[in-house]
Amino acid sequence: MDGKLTTVAKSTAFTHPESLKRPAGPSEFAQHPVNAALTSAEKIALYTKMVRIRHFEQRCIRTYQQGKIGGFLHLYVGQEAVAAGTISLLGKNDHVITGYRDHGHGLMVGMSMNECMAELTGKITGCSQGKGGSMHYFAPDKNYWGGHGIVGGQAPLGTGLAYAVKYRGLKGSCLAYMGDGAVNQGAVHEAYNLAALWDLPVIFVIENNGYSMGTSQERSSAHPGCLAKRAEGYGMDWDIINGHDVYEVRAKTSEALKRAHEKSKPTVLEIFTYRYFGHSMADPDKTYRDKEEIKTYRETKDPVFLFEKELLLAKVLTKELVESINQSAMEEADAAAVFADESPDPTVADITKHIYWEEDNRGPQTTSRGTIIFE
Amino acid sequence: MPVISYREALRAAMREELKRDENVVIMGEEVAQFNGAYKVTEGLLKEFGPKRIVDTPISEAGFIGLGIGASMLGIRPVMELMFWSFSYVAFDQIVNNAGNIRYMSGGLIHCPIVIRGPANGGTNVGATHSHTPEAILASHPGIKVVCPATPYDAKGLLKAAIRDNDPVYVMENTILYNDKGEVPDEDYIVPIGVADIKREGSDLTIVAHGRAVITSLKAAEILEKEHGVSVEVVDLRSIRPLDEETILASVRKTHRALLVEENKPFCGVDAQVAYLIQARAFDDLDAPIGRVSSIDAPQIYCKRMEDLQLPHPARVVEAALKVLA
Repeated sequence: MDGKLTTVAKSTAFTHPESLKRPAGPSEFAQHPVNAALTSAEKIALYTKMVRIRHFEQRCIRTYQQGKIGGFLHLYVGQEAVAAGTISLLGKNDHVITGYRDHGHGLMVGMSMNECMAELTGKITGCSQGKGGSMHYFAPDKNYWGGHGIVGGQAPLGTGLAYAVKYRGLKGSCLAYMGDGAVNQGAVHEAYNLAALWDLPVIFVIENNGYSMGTSQERSSAHPGCLAKRAEGYGMDWDIINGHDVYEVRAKTSEALKRAHEKSKPTVLEIFTYRYFGHSMADPDKTYRDKEEIKTYRETKDPVFLFEKELLLAKVLTKELVESINQSAMEEADAAAVFADESPDPTVADITKHIYWEEDNRGPQTTSRGTIIFE
Repeated sequence: MPVISYREALRAAMREELKRDENVVIMGEEVAQFNGAYKVTEGLLKEFGPKRIVDTPISEAGFIGLGIGASMLGIRPVMELMFWSFSYVAFDQIVNNAGNIRYMSGGLIHCPIVIRGPANGGTNVGATHSHTPEAILASHPGIKVVCPATPYDAKGLLKAAIRDNDPVYVMENTILYNDKGEVPDEDYIVPIGVADIKREGSDLTIVAHGRAVITSLKAAEILEKEHGVSVEVVDLRSIRPLDEETILASVRKTHRALLVEENKPFCGVDAQVAYLIQARAFDDLDAPIGRVSSIDAPQIYCKRMEDLQLPHPARVVEAALKVLA
């Protein structure tokens, strides 16, 4: 049979960010203005946030193994520098929306470990009162619009948030995150087109961890060297970023933010990163990548350890401080697990709340009548 | 009172709401420069300018999703679908995002979006353009669905929908766009979830929505003139919320019910209405509930056959006589 008729994917080599081609060392972006401007305290705070994400996620594994978390649990371990670097740059008119691997973003925008852990265990004290679960964290008071379960479905929403910012004449943006598996969804391309067509201040952040569930990028995406470069088809700017270096993430994202804030122009950023655990806790992670690959990433490219090393060298951190930051993050995560344990479940009556605004806010201002929840 | 068309009534609703609230934006394919594929939005671009009246590319999942995202930040988009049939390529946005986000966020977010456009067969365009998805969409808690049958209701329901803080899907009918009726110039709304008795009667209740109301009214006239039967026609106007009490009160009065809709029969709106009547008015019924819907097949292209596939007055009369037998 003609080879062209088979469906074996061809492998296209990725163009990686320059810094990713070399052995990891001190960041060449440490002196970029957005990083040079950071005080020691701010650097320590950024490091602390990355550490908190890691320990929260690791505590989630235990809670999951104890059988207290149902459904899907997609961990962010290994990807911390992406959420930390990008979100650390945002101001009051900048918004965040992402897919289902959403814990890191939630903690970065300032959600508490308590509300995050309680949501995972389905408790009324969870951020969504036990109605959303792992994939559906929300904190609109912190400009965080989820937490979305359907791959790529959030891209048009993020474009709409950016549209609203522009409609109001505000200098702001929306960072719409997705995984590398989302880039082949039609909704993402429709969002790209609208963003470019209408000059919307949206930054599409592709967190490329190499695998869409168990399918490697080589087996899922045709691309002209990298996924971000598809932006050229829409006349959008794009960049590729080493997601193991939080300084590089900040430096390059700040350029995209400037483009959004000052010119109201969209950007596609592809951030190369890696997840240490399976796609979700339901993924035994045995069939599609070898253990050596994970080990190499952990040992040579870990974003938390690399930043720690950088800050130790710069004498911003000390060994003692590192230890105490890790210790308190672990304690905070443990306390969150206890909080979640001790929190009550929602009640049967809660099942039918929060379906309609009009039902939850009955009063003279509500215009609808009739039966809306059926027996 | 001015007499205007269903189309003009929809336009008046949008014009009044655009003036009332600067967050209202009209968006969709051909709504601005082209003046609307069905001319519903004609003249709005000229009056309100391109910031408020926005042409979109043919990209339903993209622009509907964009509208949903914008609504989360307080914009009140009124999105036109050239046909509700096209909603199927945006189903994830319409159902998963607009319909679920309030619930999944534990009530932190709401989504004041309106999606409107025609949802009907009978226009000789074949199966892909003739869907009536009101039952499919109304089966999702979180979503509201209304189906105006008259110019008065079209204006009042659309205005209520635009002011509503939940997603409201307004299903219109191209065949009704030229129908005329009395519509007040002044501001009014038709509350969502309130049915309307379009004709009073004592022998039989016909429950209908959308254009099936018009068909049923014609049948009611024939039934009265030719068979001496007094028919009450209940126009649901809103599918979800559903005005159960008006349906039940009418059935308790007439003791007989015929349900008419342009949907296909399986899991149509009237399957729910029939359940309601038997559950709560069983002892009031003097006969089994009758039903008329479209003949159960994808919409046929051939115009002569399509007219027969849809409920038409003769078929409604025949079914009514069976219920009355």
